[in-house]
Amino acid sequence: MNAMNWLAVYPEVVLVVMALLITILDLFVTDPARRPTYWATQLTIAVVGVMHLCYFNDGATVYAMQGMVVADPMGHLLAFLACVATLVTLVYSRPYAASREMLKGELFTLTLFALLGIAVMVSANNFLVVYLGLELMSLSLYALVALRRDHVLSTEAAMKYFVLGALASGFLLYGLSMMYGATGSLSIPQVFNVISGGAPNHAVLIFGVVFVVSGLAFKLGAAPFHMWVPDVYQGAPTAATLLIGAAPKLAAFAITIRLLVEGMIGLAIEWQQMLLVLAVCSLVIGNLAAIAQSNLKRMLAYSTIAQMGFVLLGLASGVANGNTLSAANAYSSAMFNVVTYVMTTLGTFGMIMLLSRAGHESEEIKDLAGLAKRSPWFALVMMVFMFSLAGIPLTAGFNGKLAVLQAMVTTDSSLYIGLAVFAVLASLVGAFYYLRVIKVMFFDEPADTAPLAAPADARFVMTLNGLAVLVFGVMPGGLMHMCATAVVKALAT
Amino acid sequence: MGILSLAIFLPIVSGLLLLAVGRDQNASAVRWMALVAAVASLLATLPLITGFDTASSAMQFVENLPWIERFNVSYHLGVDGISMWFVPLTAFITVIVVVAAWEVIETRVNQYMGAFLVLSGLMIGVFAACDGLLFYVFFEATLIPMYIIIGVWGGKNRVYAAFKFFLYTLAGSLLTLIALLYLYFKAGGSFDIATWHQLPLTLHEQTLLFFAFLAAFAVKVPMWPVHTWLPDAHVEAPTGGSVVLAAIMLKLGCYGFLRFSLPIAPDAAHEYAWLIISMSLIAVVYIGLVALVQKDMKKLVAYSSIAHMGFVTLGFFIFNPLGVSGGLVQMIAHGFVSGAMFLAIGVLYDRVHSREIAAYGGVVNTMPKFAAFALFFAMANCGLPATAGFVGEWMVILGAVKYSFWIGTIAATALIFGAAYSLWMYKRVYFGPVTNDNVRKLTDINAREFGMMAVLAIATLFMGLYPKPFTDVMEASVDGLLKHVAVSKIPGAAAPAAVAAAVVEAAAPAASEPAATTEATQQ
Repeated sequence: MNAMNWLAVYPEVVLVVMALLITILDLFVTDPARRPTYWATQLTIAVVGVMHLCYFNDGATVYAMQGMVVADPMGHLLAFLACVATLVTLVYSRPYAASREMLKGELFTLTLFALLGIAVMVSANNFLVVYLGLELMSLSLYALVALRRDHVLSTEAAMKYFVLGALASGFLLYGLSMMYGATGSLSIPQVFNVISGGAPNHAVLIFGVVFVVSGLAFKLGAAPFHMWVPDVYQGAPTAATLLIGAAPKLAAFAITIRLLVEGMIGLAIEWQQMLLVLAVCSLVIGNLAAIAQSNLKRMLAYSTIAQMGFVLLGLASGVANGNTLSAANAYSSAMFNVVTYVMTTLGTFGMIMLLSRAGHESEEIKDLAGLAKRSPWFALVMMVFMFSLAGIPLTAGFNGKLAVLQAMVTTDSSLYIGLAVFAVLASLVGAFYYLRVIKVMFFDEPADTAPLAAPADARFVMTLNGLAVLVFGVMPGGLMHMCATAVVKALAT
Repeated sequence: MGILSLAIFLPIVSGLLLLAVGRDQNASAVRWMALVAAVASLLATLPLITGFDTASSAMQFVENLPWIERFNVSYHLGVDGISMWFVPLTAFITVIVVVAAWEVIETRVNQYMGAFLVLSGLMIGVFAACDGLLFYVFFEATLIPMYIIIGVWGGKNRVYAAFKFFLYTLAGSLLTLIALLYLYFKAGGSFDIATWHQLPLTLHEQTLLFFAFLAAFAVKVPMWPVHTWLPDAHVEAPTGGSVVLAAIMLKLGCYGFLRFSLPIAPDAAHEYAWLIISMSLIAVVYIGLVALVQKDMKKLVAYSSIAHMGFVTLGFFIFNPLGVSGGLVQMIAHGFVSGAMFLAIGVLYDRVHSREIAAYGGVVNTMPKFAAFALFFAMANCGLPATAGFVGEWMVILGAVKYSFWIGTIAATALIFGAAYSLWMYKRVYFGPVTNDNVRKLTDINAREFGMMAVLAIATLFMGLYPKPFTDVMEASVDGLLKHVAVSKIPGAAAPAAVAAAVVEAAAPAASEPAATTEATQQ
């Protein structure tokens, strides 16, 4: 527990070294397209991703940095997926950023630091490391949102994101300090031991949990802590929206598991109730508010809130009838759901960037009108994403929802089965606004007849992204198995 | 690759291929490719008919591969006497749809043909699935192509109709998903439908499951009072869409009753049979009357479809072999007849671009050949003996009379209403003097239209005169199903319900009755 085990944190070491090197390298790049910076960044992310995948395949759980960090399969899998998400995000972002004067060195270095923050969060084993990773990621993202500093909406979004994000971090930190006060330790396994050994001061613990859950809900974007989500998603440049909306969700999921499950499973009866309330609020507010939106980014933001409701339902089904038999099933289902959501989100926001061009944002739903005539192929791909978000079979999103519903029904408690019925009815409401996007693309006449301006690499990755959503819709077994392995091993230690 | 896999994936793959390579510039090549694919898919299903063992009630042509191992879902296919005929029927209707669209669809031909081919494969998948989740995946996935078909090639109000169709059906089937997951949990982690059939469940559980299934299947059938999406969908859909909706898609719901509701929740099915029977009778009588006053031909046929489906559900819930096989025969017959009715309306619509009954009159003077076919199908629709429409209705009425004289009597009134709305529409559209210039300019059907009408007419006539091949296939499976349904699944229950006991007695001699009906029909 007290060894440094440098080997386990090599990916993070590579990441931090390369992030610093690329910062310097960019100073000497004269190419306006920033090709050397771009390729160096992508290569770094790819290498780090492959390293994480190799570690995941090893399947070992290693404590590093004197027990501050736990390099377990769950951490490696989520870090690997975060790398893939970031890599894909950058491919989509490059042409978009180039036409909006955002293609600067900062875009790449800040992205790398955000990724580093994510990598730290997913394998944190200590309250302070969780917080450190969270702040590293958040600060990078605040700056990324403000990257178009002459753009009013972007700066407003950045301000909002920063203020509310700082508030959330404060909540989380305050909650963690309560936990420290009650248990006398910042180390997650030790907190676990103290709580399961009969907590000395239950009231302080509960008080702490309330703040921790609120902070996490802020970061996940669950109602009623969702206020920032629509404004930031809409106001941020789409490239930054995608950086906020994809990989950080994996990180937020990871710290929820680390804090609530690995640290405080003894208090599950308490925090599960809070998560259920959050989930129900998210499903209702997200799905109902999304109906009224005409801006695609804002609609997707509300849809994110609703999707997080599903993830929370999965997270809240772990401990039922006083035992943890269904814990691995529930948490791995929630994890699978988060992964399918991230996969689909990459596609939807990527598509907005793909359809944008210099001077045209293509972020209103009506901008998609007649896409089936302008570009049948990408209309088809977008249709797959929409059906995936709506949870229609043969797409990854269906399997994600299926996994969570399965976890809920398997608890055999009438409360959870009732909530499962509620959740499917909420997703029926959701189906309406996803269908509307398909309707606009397929049934309406094109308003904008300009050909797509996106370069070949973005188109290619978009096609792969669509195929991935289909493949994991038809053959989800492998990924489900990976999530199950990861969660089982994380729970076993 | 087994026959069923081939039947499912041949149309799906060729449909996707058409989507990928087809363009409007090479529309005629696309049409021929679609036709070849549809015919090949139909040929691929023929070994099912020739190789089916009518003596067995077990699943045949079984394929079983693990699919999603984490949830123990398997790619488990098979057909029994209940589902077998629907596989070739689906492939057959797809051929008709491709032919019917030949000159009519001129834009996005590849997408139209591709959507129908994919839809055909998915619907065959629903009939062939032996795994609960596989069934659900196919069942829900059929919504996607149909939504696109109605929305892209539909009429004026197509968007409303497409949304209504999608959301109505989704609402029902999402509740079923919870029911499937509950059964999965109760069965100790298995999605195998045959395992679910043997699962003991309390009456309370059965009731909840029964209503969850009812939500999905009643919408799909559609039963009164959740039928309102169907007239909209039918009116707005292009001809091919209406044909597939009426001929196959409605049957997915009816089929679900036999595969899920009855065998999984038999006690609840007995308990709530009164509800289904009342809903069916309301559909038969009330919707029959509603059909009578329609001004739009497609709406009229749509309401008549709902009334006919009322017969099917009525047959299923009187728990005797005549009723169940009668319902099944009615499903197949309605596939031919309603498909043909919608095609006939399509033929007129292509020429005049109106579906209003009032826009026609005296068509027989300008289109004699077509009018003859239309008369034949109108007769079949109202259940004239020697047509397919008669056999199923007759069997259901016989079964219903056996169950309760008054239910049989009320059901029998449908023959009157059916005759009234079919023939009155026929009179107004076809007979009398030519009323306007549109009708005067009509040209009679060409060889393509004649061909598809003739094929459907032959099928209708054959089934009406000689339904034995159809009833023989069903017999063993229907008996097996009814014996299963007669036994209570409530754990610890001593004696099955009184109704159930009566059915067991009835089941034994009834095996020969479909054959008897056949003879009666031939006379």
